[in-house]
Amino acid sequence: MTYRFLVNAEPVEVDVPGMRRLLDVLREDLGLTGTKEGCGEGECGACSVILDGDVVDACLVPVCQVDGRLVRTVEGLAPRPPVATSAAVADGVSGPAPAAADARPLDELQQAFLETGGAQCGICTPGMLMAARAYLDDGGTRDEDAIREAIAGNLCRCTGYTKIVEAIARVARAGA
Amino acid sequence: MGDRPSTTTRTEPRLPGSPFRDPGSALVVQPGEITAGRARGRSPLRREGPAKLTGEAKYTDDLVFPGAWYGATIRSTEAHARLVAIDIDRSDDGFDWSQVVVVTAADIPGENVVSLISDDQPVLVPVGGEIQHHAEPLVLLAASSRAALREAKRRIRPRTEPLPPVFDPLTSEHVFAHYEIGSGDLDAAFATADLVLEGTYRVGHQEQLYIENNAMIAVPRDDGGVAVHGSLQCPYYIHKALKRALTLSDVQAQVIQAETGGGFGGKEEYPSIIAIHAALLARKIGKPVRMIYDRHEDIAATTKRHPAVVTHRTAARRDGTLIAQDIEVVMDGGAYCTLTPVVLSRGALHAGGPYRCPNVRIRARATRTNTPPNGAFRGFGAPQTEFAAEIQLNRIAEALGISPLDIRRRNIYRVGDTTPTGQVLRDSVAAEEVLERAAEASELERTRDRTATARTARGAAGAGRERDTPLTTGSARTASGIGLALAWHGAGFTGSGEVKLASVASIELTREGAIRVLTASTEMGQGTKTIFPQLVADALGVPYEAVEIAPQDTAFVPDSGPTVASRTAMVVGGLLLKGAARLRETVEAATGAPFAESYAPWARASGPLRIDQRFEPYPGIAFDDETYRGDAYPAFGWASCVAEVDVDLDTGDVTVRDVVAVDDVGAVIHPVLAEGQVEGGTLQAIGYATIEEIKLRDGRYLNDRLATYLIPTSLDAPRITAILVEAPFGGAPHGAKGVGELPMDVGAPAVVAAIHDATGVWIHDLPATPERILAALGVTPPRRDEPPPPEPGATDAAVAAPIDAGTDPRPDAPTDPLPLRAPTDRDAS
Repeated sequence: MTYRFLVNAEPVEVDVPGMRRLLDVLREDLGLTGTKEGCGEGECGACSVILDGDVVDACLVPVCQVDGRLVRTVEGLAPRPPVATSAAVADGVSGPAPAAADARPLDELQQAFLETGGAQCGICTPGMLMAARAYLDDGGTRDEDAIREAIAGNLCRCTGYTKIVEAIARVARAGA
Repeated sequence: MGDRPSTTTRTEPRLPGSPFRDPGSALVVQPGEITAGRARGRSPLRREGPAKLTGEAKYTDDLVFPGAWYGATIRSTEAHARLVAIDIDRSDDGFDWSQVVVVTAADIPGENVVSLISDDQPVLVPVGGEIQHHAEPLVLLAASSRAALREAKRRIRPRTEPLPPVFDPLTSEHVFAHYEIGSGDLDAAFATADLVLEGTYRVGHQEQLYIENNAMIAVPRDDGGVAVHGSLQCPYYIHKALKRALTLSDVQAQVIQAETGGGFGGKEEYPSIIAIHAALLARKIGKPVRMIYDRHEDIAATTKRHPAVVTHRTAARRDGTLIAQDIEVVMDGGAYCTLTPVVLSRGALHAGGPYRCPNVRIRARATRTNTPPNGAFRGFGAPQTEFAAEIQLNRIAEALGISPLDIRRRNIYRVGDTTPTGQVLRDSVAAEEVLERAAEASELERTRDRTATARTARGAAGAGRERDTPLTTGSARTASGIGLALAWHGAGFTGSGEVKLASVASIELTREGAIRVLTASTEMGQGTKTIFPQLVADALGVPYEAVEIAPQDTAFVPDSGPTVASRTAMVVGGLLLKGAARLRETVEAATGAPFAESYAPWARASGPLRIDQRFEPYPGIAFDDETYRGDAYPAFGWASCVAEVDVDLDTGDVTVRDVVAVDDVGAVIHPVLAEGQVEGGTLQAIGYATIEEIKLRDGRYLNDRLATYLIPTSLDAPRITAILVEAPFGGAPHGAKGVGELPMDVGAPAVVAAIHDATGVWIHDLPATPERILAALGVTPPRRDEPPPPEPGATDAAVAAPIDAGTDPRPDAPTDPLPLRAPTDRDAS
């Protein structure tokens, strides 16, 4: 079946079985590997995306439910969303591509995570950012308990959540 | 605890000009405060941060290799059996076997061994061989599509004959390792003691639960070798294992770390197995093979923290002075040796806790059971034995009527004291500093008074209450408590580990003038890719952004040792500082000008230049691995923790509200990253103390998915205040020790001590689940006739209790099956 919907404001069309997970469509059909799989059972939140304003686990949403709707992923947060490459071929085989500091554009939420130390290993970060983005877009305040509630569905094993909450509160204070 | 006044102030101004603080002063870095001065002690932005935050960072499963096949592993469903045959149903039902490849032990070109410490673990169980644990790998297969893979898997069935399993480490005769550490005359001390207290403590399995599951992709090389991309901590462990199992040369066994989503020790040794499996399949079909575990397989098959039973018998004087410790440690290694001897060693060396004691005997053994092999997990044996040491000391304090703070003040190690291995502590001893900071920042004593009065008002359990009468608490159904714990943690590898490793780290000045750090130390969230450029830039006097760090690819970087034991900043960071100093001297000698101004033109003219810096033993540090005498570690890190909890007296549910964690890291390189380690490690320890429990039945983990193995969410996490203390280590150029594992040693005992402060009962078995708390409170109806409860502080009769009765706080109190009970639990109710 063919499904047409928006991903980060860009129209996409995929011809896949209706019950294929949105997570697999994003990662394998559209090459948007920013959304991660941590459990495949809706427990860890690493695959959180925003579907028409609501945070959902992409591992639990069949693509047929997304027809005609708007999906936002981590790749869409930065001001100039990088072009979704169809298949990002692995680089790095041709000699060491040194990770020099790069000036990638970041939105204020990503910048706050970077400055407070809200991202360590980074595997939960995309999902965490989407949950935080939805919370802020809904007018979320800097109240710590409300922030913790908003990200309660996103497991992080590295940070103890302290600096994640601090980053989201910083953006909420700035009246994003 | 309210808004605590900021009682911890920075005591020592930085020495002008010198990047190093006055080595003698212990300096407290305020939480979140970025120390002034040079790059060192500042918090430059995480080097790979932007890529992680925009979703562009490539983890293993994000990598695309056109034409790759999908790999899978067929595993044992029995704990102990003989593999009689592997039946493959090739009946012609239209299934296209040309799209599938099958690999068994017979296909292994080299040795069927996962190379680590001992050669007991096979890559695949050979036909005719013995299956030693549930989920053990038997057959590998790969297919061009996931659908073909599923169909092929259904057509392959191992045939087995069951063998009798052993599940109880206490009775298992197969011993992986045993140690005896000791000094002094115990009998004399016990004879003259004012108090002798015994206690047995049990800690169960714990899953590392990195949010990125294990994953490896093997890509055939033109030279007949293989390049393995994966989620890993130790590239050269995998390199060595690949060479041995596939008879490859150094060049042919290329290991490349992809972005790694957390490890915590769980990706130290197991990745070697997955890499070999993927490589075997890739070589057989000449195509890349993706071996990506899902959560269920990752929990069911990979390593856990070693369960342990620790028995203490302690002699003390009336004033709280410890005069004798007789400690026995038994760890469950699981089916194969893996790293168990080293985990047991660290657990044994730390078993007495950070306390001076003239007469000590520590006997430790690790035995085999037919359960999946246990392995490395943050703390590496120390959290297990230090939980027991801290609860035992708290019980002694209670028995003698001394506060937990005062009994620690009386016994903690100070400079000049001697450890059970005969090591004299000369340098970087901060037990007192971290203890006092934690007590001060948490207002420990004042809060203890408050919780004590509340407890007496409730007629709380402990002193003379009737059996089974629920706590008479009127309206207050929640009890609050505060608990203290202290720990030490040897910095770097145990004994002569670092000397044997002889790690090498390199810095390269390329012809184009790029400064590049080359090490095998991996980034897995702790900040390696940030602090290494930061240290080298500081030493060369160039900006942080001017120093690059090469990817962890064994084709390009030297073997700087595994990324474990919180050694990365201390040992490998120290090598880089020495290498940078040599690079600077060489260029400045040639140009006669400061490095920062002259290195680029010099490089173009007469570069490139590469400095390889090899580890040299720390002067004056020696350890005898045979007798276990001498300096077990060049220095120790010190940590203290105060936790505040609320216990729901109806449900036994524990809420950890507030934690102060104080860690001495020697020297703070990057405050934000160091705080992140303390906060993350503290929450992992709180999970270990409260909700993380693995139960087994017939050698199989019952909770093997995230719905049943719970880790703390943002709502479970307390407010954590991380306070960093600096007692610089003279043996390292920057004075820095490790930080990653310190918080893991103190979180659990602090929470259990707080539960006691709230309820009056001691939980001896981790995790302190609601069931255990209610059982200890005697609230759950007794399931069998009970002997009278022992008098508080009297000898704990638990030691004598047979294993199936378990060693409950009150031997008669029913608790849910203990982690170490034979998994075929006879359901008592």
